[in-house]
Amino acid sequence: MKNRTEDSPQNTKYSLFLGCTVPVRALNYEISARKVAEKLGLQLSDIPDFSCCGYPIKSIHHYGYLLMAARNLALAEKKRLPLCTLCSACCGSLSEANHEIQQDSGLRRQINRDLSECLGMSYEGEVQVIHFTRILREEIGEKRISQQRRADLSSLYVAPHYGCHYTKPTSIYGKMEDPENPESLDELIEATGAHSIQYEDKLQCCGGGVLAIDEEVALAMSQKKLEHIRAQKADAMVLICPFCNVMYEGNQRKIEKVFQKEYKLPILYYPQLLGLALGIEPDELGMKMNRVKTTDLLKKINRRVD
Amino acid sequence: MIDSKTFDPNFKFLIAQEPGGENIKRCFSCGTCTAGCPVREVTNRYNPRRIIRMALLGMKKEVLSSDFIWLCSSCYTCFERCPQDVKIPELMNAIKNIAVREGYLPPSMRSQLNLLASFGRLLEVTDFENDKRRDSGLPLFQRRTEDVKKILSRLGLHREEQDRG
Repeated sequence: MKNRTEDSPQNTKYSLFLGCTVPVRALNYEISARKVAEKLGLQLSDIPDFSCCGYPIKSIHHYGYLLMAARNLALAEKKRLPLCTLCSACCGSLSEANHEIQQDSGLRRQINRDLSECLGMSYEGEVQVIHFTRILREEIGEKRISQQRRADLSSLYVAPHYGCHYTKPTSIYGKMEDPENPESLDELIEATGAHSIQYEDKLQCCGGGVLAIDEEVALAMSQKKLEHIRAQKADAMVLICPFCNVMYEGNQRKIEKVFQKEYKLPILYYPQLLGLALGIEPDELGMKMNRVKTTDLLKKINRRVD
Repeated sequence: MIDSKTFDPNFKFLIAQEPGGENIKRCFSCGTCTAGCPVREVTNRYNPRRIIRMALLGMKKEVLSSDFIWLCSSCYTCFERCPQDVKIPELMNAIKNIAVREGYLPPSMRSQLNLLASFGRLLEVTDFENDKRRDSGLPLFQRRTEDVKKILSRLGLHREEQDRG
């Protein structure tokens, strides 16, 4: 896929899939994503009947997971819109289920029999699943983002956290980028004028996947990354998944307590950083909802008056 | 000491029939999965190479009843690196699916199922959340999605007496 930096974006309409975590625990992500989308000419429409993506029952009942995913995909298909997710785990799980259903016609028949008998629905396999960050990169592009900058973020040094399900598995996503050396988030950060820094174990998983099973293990995984980012004196971590945020921001105080450390590392969702660069007021990006205060970071931004 | 007389030689075939478990027999125990595993880095309890070896040997009960199969964080690092395309996170899910059928469902997973049946999501959206959404200028959220309960009931993953609230 190419960057559409010169001409206007081709695909501007999406259904917005919020999943479980975003609408309850990550309002600042949702607010900022909607705000930057509006500013950049993307239309996100809501489908109130969307449910959980199905990911939580993948380990319990594979077919049940596919059926839950297919139901959501069917709703998007009915609206004839590609499905945009804010959560990387939703993106991964819906993409994987979609791929499986598209590849296997026998499975598709079975899914459709169950969808029809149980809910009066059907899914033909026509929906594209895409992460909001990918839309920013592929439809808007770094060049247009830098052209629309209204604030100077050049004194900010932030650490990108890609998370896992945004780049992997490549057998489903294709070679959008090398999962061992991804660049998209770094480049999107640089497009805002802020600096993207390198740090040890940058691709490390947040541990969120095992939080429900073993909190101690999950917190130990997150702690390592907070440590590595603090060592580089970053102003903030920038991420694109609400569950990664649960680990690094929601559980940051707990991690500090358990490991007897102090991090106080602000955690920004990428659309918040982008919104700041586009000149949107911090309040309109839900910055007050960030649990680790962003006051010092905001002071470093020079707002340009046009 | 393990006792080979207790092995179930069919266990690997059972796993290979499960979606995601198809490639288990390709594993030659190189340990690439374990070397790059972020969970293994913080705890000795999770060791994918060891789990796969145990499964291939036929240590069915030990594998299915263990806590360790639930410790994969599904980060897909090993999935990308495995030279034999064993698809380890999917393989772990295949083993977990079998474990659930054999009655080994961790309590936290049971609660997640109940939440999904009740609300269609893992987190409940109450008036409190919707007030917060309204104050933030966000569209109000539908409180429950009954369809998920219908799906779970159809597959025998939910029974009416488990309903809460």
